[in-house]
Amino acid sequence: MEALDLARWQFGITTVYHFLFVPLTIGLSLLVAVMQTFSVFAKDPDRKDAWTRMTKFFGSLLVLNFAIGIATGIVQEFQFGLNWSEYARYVGDVFGAPLALEGLIAFFLESVFLGLWIFGWNKLPEKIHLLTIWAVALGTTCSAYFIVAANSFMQHPVGATLNPETGRAELDSLWAVLTNVTTLAAFPHVIAGAWLVAAAFVTGIASWHMVKHHRAADDVGRDTEEGSRQHELARGLYRPTVRFGVLAMVLAAIALVVSGDQQAQIMFKQQPMKMASAEALCETETGASFSILTVGGPDAFAQDCSSITHLIEVPYVTSFLATHTFDATLQGVDELNAQAQEEFGSTVTDIHGNQVTAEYRPNLFVTYWSFRLMMGLAAFSGVVALWALWATRKGRTTGSRAFQWFTVLAIPMPFFANSAGWVFTEMGRQPWVVHPNPDDPTVRLMTLQGVSSHPAGWVVASLIAFTLVYGVLAVVWFLLIRRTALQGAPLPHRDPDTGQLDTPMLSFDY
Amino acid sequence: MDPLLAPTGLQIAWFALIALLFGVYFVLEGFDFGVQMNVGTLARDDHERHTLLSTIHPVWDGNQVWIITGAAAIFAAFPEWYATLFSGFYPVLLLLLFSLIVRVVAFTYRDARPGDAWRRAWDGIHVATGFLPPFLWGIVLGDVVAGVEIDQNRWVVTSAAGLLQPFALLAGVVLVLLFWLHGSHYLTLKLQGDLRERARRRARLLMLPALLGGAALLLWYQLAYSHQSWTWAPLLVAALALVGTLLAQRGRREGLTLVGTGVAILAAAATLFGGLFPYVMPSTGLEGTGLTVAGSSSTPHTLTIMLVVTCILVPVILVYQSWAYWVFRHRLNEDGSTRATVKPLAARLAEGHRRAFEAE
Repeated sequence: MEALDLARWQFGITTVYHFLFVPLTIGLSLLVAVMQTFSVFAKDPDRKDAWTRMTKFFGSLLVLNFAIGIATGIVQEFQFGLNWSEYARYVGDVFGAPLALEGLIAFFLESVFLGLWIFGWNKLPEKIHLLTIWAVALGTTCSAYFIVAANSFMQHPVGATLNPETGRAELDSLWAVLTNVTTLAAFPHVIAGAWLVAAAFVTGIASWHMVKHHRAADDVGRDTEEGSRQHELARGLYRPTVRFGVLAMVLAAIALVVSGDQQAQIMFKQQPMKMASAEALCETETGASFSILTVGGPDAFAQDCSSITHLIEVPYVTSFLATHTFDATLQGVDELNAQAQEEFGSTVTDIHGNQVTAEYRPNLFVTYWSFRLMMGLAAFSGVVALWALWATRKGRTTGSRAFQWFTVLAIPMPFFANSAGWVFTEMGRQPWVVHPNPDDPTVRLMTLQGVSSHPAGWVVASLIAFTLVYGVLAVVWFLLIRRTALQGAPLPHRDPDTGQLDTPMLSFDY
Repeated sequence: MDPLLAPTGLQIAWFALIALLFGVYFVLEGFDFGVQMNVGTLARDDHERHTLLSTIHPVWDGNQVWIITGAAAIFAAFPEWYATLFSGFYPVLLLLLFSLIVRVVAFTYRDARPGDAWRRAWDGIHVATGFLPPFLWGIVLGDVVAGVEIDQNRWVVTSAAGLLQPFALLAGVVLVLLFWLHGSHYLTLKLQGDLRERARRRARLLMLPALLGGAALLLWYQLAYSHQSWTWAPLLVAALALVGTLLAQRGRREGLTLVGTGVAILAAAATLFGGLFPYVMPSTGLEGTGLTVAGSSSTPHTLTIMLVVTCILVPVILVYQSWAYWVFRHRLNEDGSTRATVKPLAARLAEGHRRAFEAE
């Protein structure tokens, strides 16, 4: 493998890994903020306690997850220079600005206020303390905005022109970069994806405990003291959280579908090659069908469109997705490739000054399947939401083992759906690192032109090191999350000396 | 005069701003590193190690953001510098990244589950990631200011072994000593009883090596590498600050000792960055291959917008970050807690809470 491929693998691994945790941080910081708001403003003391306990329970999980998100995020800030130095030179004048804004606006906010939130219990006045978690949630959301804005410049550069003298992209308007139509479409989709992750997480864990306590109550009999205590935990503590999680799931799902639809239409215009690949649309078609199952020979990996066979298709749907009309004509991969060869040349100059053959088709197999995986995995949450709504209707709780396991097994699905979505959008953009804007294609850079000039051995070594460190961290993360989640909501604890009431949150104190 | 050696005011402002971001990072995160270094030898048991780490736990993350933002600011304001530096120092920076990564999770995960072996392992990581990042930052900074070989493509061609030049190694050692001292001063301010006394003794022990090492580094730099003569002034400030710190130690003025090392670190950063000007990365290779402030920056348009935005945001950040320090200003008790002073409102809420839970 060449240094270029290795560098791409490294970026892919570190970024997908980072973005496993980030959606949970973004979504859960908001859900915990809402839980704490319920707690602060609850009139009924029982409700207040239930939400305080839930805030601390999911807050502990949030803190565990936050750490790994921050840790892996440091890499992101550096690796544009480490492995993609020529990309950094080309776009730095434009691309550095949203990253710097992310640091100044988002990272400071979330980091400083997370410390205040974790250690500020019983130290800050209740409502000020509530504001600190809202500041954290705001920070994580802003962070997503700036990073999506930076990424959107790579998908659809606006607000910049090429300086022919220096051969670098230069910023015309920061405002245009931040209000890129691609950003405005992608940001809601990314945020809704994060909410879905967190909502499925909350629903799954709360359902697990609800079923557990429901069964415990049934085992000893609800008329016993222990039985009624267990039943109250299922009904009074966890059931409202399940319902809350499901509500968040439904809202997230609606936002995902609406924003995804918007984004697809925009992307058919801005990056027709990506969408044609996602649909395995080889030939230009009018009233294009939506492919449910397409198989290809081994050449499908090698980007050859001619070797694929469409097995199951739904007529007209792809044209509808692209334009909301059934008879639109969509260009296929082969025609688009020929056009690109014409427009951008059949060879390009790499970083060492060599002419190499240009290939304008992304990897069809990955693009096609990651797109379907994204939608298919997210659909899991729909089943969970409906089942949970039914199981908890009219004040009921359930003791169904099947429900318990299904909701837990559904937790990772939105995580992977997020990964698949990013793999799709980044792999579908290839071979470009900065995809030419169809309206003004002068600002553009191919991935092979953006890589640093490292010997392959260095990149191999760092790739192995990253994989090992990240692998160990993933195991540690999983075991800690699992352990904390299984413990359930912390019990209230009263200090015998001061009479002060405290619900523990991990074992942090100051 | 070579136009590449005559930057505009805007470029100079950004160069100064980046020096400031690094300086603030070193001052704030410096004592965090120093506290971590002390975890291994100052604390005697698990509980004391927990107490040491508790002194920085609420604030270290906000301190670290100064360098995340610093890196992004170099990217935005000096893309060529960012590209050459980060790709050119690949092995050193990767090692730095790995140590920063495990360091971040160590703070949270150490106390996330019980178990002696678990905690000892994370404490080991705390010590390692207390020493390693300052040492590696020292190497990076030392190599930047002393210069490495850069080719016509603006790629660093100095080998990995070449990055370990004596000046850079000394810079690494000096940063470790300075931060260790700085962190010990911080501990004397945040602890009570025996631990505080031990931290004070540790600081006295480190004072002379830090002073001598710092003086050697800065004099070597000023005589061999600095491009400016005015940096004798911050050099002198750094020296005076450290001598003042020594006196403050004798007089048991804990607050002053921390200010002393803080000022010394800032002044040392000013000396190093100031003497770097008008370069951002001087080259030991062919004439004209060094990266300059004038030749590696973004366009005036980008610099102007980002300067305005930064000048608005940094004061806001300073306000809420200072507030966080104010909230966590108390000394930790010997048992590692702060005795909460219950305000009437909080007391009422606690009372309400208690009744609520008793009902359950």
